Amino acid sequence: MIINGVHIDDTFAEAFNMRGTRVIITAQNLKWAYNAANAMTGFATSVIGCGVEAGIEKELTPDQTPDGRPGVTILMFAMGSAVLMKQLETRMGQCILTCPTAAAFSGIEGSKEEVTPISLGKNLRFFGDGFQISKQFGGKRYWRVPVMDGEFITEETTGMVRAVGGGNFLVLAESQPQALAACEAAIEAMRKIPNVIMPFPGGVVRSGSKVGSKYKAMFASTNDAFCPTLKGLTKTELSPDIESVMEIVIDGLTDLDIRKATRVGIAAACELGAKNGIKRISAGNYGGKLGQFQFHLRDIMADPTLNDLTAEIQA
Amino acid sequence: MSALTFTLKTALQQRLDLSALTPDQLAGKSRADIAAIQLPYGRKQLRVDEVFDLHGEDTANIVFANSAAKLDYIGSKMKSGTITVNGDTGAYLGFQMGGGELAVHGNVDAYAASGMSGGLIHIFGNAGDFLAAAIPGDRKGMKGGTVIVTGNAGDRVGDQMRRGTLLIEGNVGSYCASRMLAGTIGVLGTVGEYVGYGMRRGTLLLTSKPAMHATLQDCGAHTLPYLSLMFKSFGELPSKFAKIDKNRVQRYAGDVANDGKGEILVLQ
Repeated sequence: MIINGVHIDDTFAEAFNMRGTRVIITAQNLKWAYNAANAMTGFATSVIGCGVEAGIEKELTPDQTPDGRPGVTILMFAMGSAVLMKQLETRMGQCILTCPTAAAFSGIEGSKEEVTPISLGKNLRFFGDGFQISKQFGGKRYWRVPVMDGEFITEETTGMVRAVGGGNFLVLAESQPQALAACEAAIEAMRKIPNVIMPFPGGVVRSGSKVGSKYKAMFASTNDAFCPTLKGLTKTELSPDIESVMEIVIDGLTDLDIRKATRVGIAAACELGAKNGIKRISAGNYGGKLGQFQFHLRDIMADPTLNDLTAEIQA
Repeated sequence: MSALTFTLKTALQQRLDLSALTPDQLAGKSRADIAAIQLPYGRKQLRVDEVFDLHGEDTANIVFANSAAKLDYIGSKMKSGTITVNGDTGAYLGFQMGGGELAVHGNVDAYAASGMSGGLIHIFGNAGDFLAAAIPGDRKGMKGGTVIVTGNAGDRVGDQMRRGTLLIEGNVGSYCASRMLAGTIGVLGTVGEYVGYGMRRGTLLLTSKPAMHATLQDCGAHTLPYLSLMFKSFGELPSKFAKIDKNRVQRYAGDVANDGKGEILVLQ
């Protein structure tokens, strides 16, 4: 399969079952909503070192938020529910409770059967030292915690769902600036897709890894088959014209969401095409043995039904 | 199906207990069964058809027509469906009501919404004393749900109220929110003296500063984002409260003689 001169490898991305949650962050203005959300989703690129993978999903206008202020939604993913709950609680406490004017609300309604309620501000209320006030509106419980800028408002719980993490594709280009330009175009298009985040810096990761290492202490190490400077040294995957490879990793609430994001991202990268140095699109997998999901690049690019961007799980 | 309508046909000497006539209890009953239900009337019992003319058959939607102030316990313990009352009602309207909707196009007597835990009561006239309060012996008044009063309400409104939302568009008598445990009361008109007496927790929202006794403390003027959240949650409620978009208030805390975690918010 070749799109605009870019070769699409006959391979697949391998992805895993994860647990995911969504939180709505509002503040006095969008600037402070971003300050809070950026802090909360900071140092959350990979579950390996950060516990969770998190990112900002989308912006909300005042009429879309519970308290009528501007806001953003964030998505957070972890390999297990215990880690997710722990990370949500510490990040809420250090990043949202602390951020001037910020408030947090549930982003996934807890009424559905597959949605597990997990605590959002439930334990943060104790920061109020007895001065905290509970309020119930419309069947939901909120906490008002007195803080130095006024009151910190948080909903008691949000919803946790089964989710999918580790969808990915690789962009192989003739130069580093060209690989980065293609990834930037892909990320810009993918950020419009609901229910997904790309957790790495700017959405792009350059240090793709393989399982194992020559060093006993390391579980994973650099993916030498895709390192352009090692073309002559290892069993390389790269042709002589490839000088730089970058990867986009996708976490989503459902596998369908990841398929949609993959399709949009690859399409945007391919739009730049061979004339801009984009040569190949590939994907990372473990031979299909480890992950519960496989995203075959050619199937995704051949499936126009994925252009329907209506999300199943709404904020 | 048209609503099951009970039209009062006689003037009553004693108080009549209508707690048996709710959508839940009448579901599946025939017209004859309903006509034969015995209603406590002073120290006697009266058959339903001795007091009311019956029309319609939809037991999920009940209407009391030509209602009078001697009819007590309308909608008591109801959990679903609707009851519409045309005329005044007696005491204990919606007593321990758990769900459904209850509308009164008239005035209601004391202890309306006492022990209520869910659903919506809309009183288009005035409410008597002890609205949403606990009956003697109970330690909690209203425990959930929403009450809207278009007219005025009497003394001791929300006494020992525990949860829920009570919205009064007119004026309220003395001891409003006394011994309140939690929940929200809003009053658009005036309140009488000793507002928030012994108030423990909860919110009383007012539009003008009331007379305050010594153990209510001024906490200053504030812009509270939670009020936007609350007014937004009122959304489609048929009340003037749903149209308020202010969140600037003077905050008074009290009653510090009784824990002092309650608040009286005066909209500015």
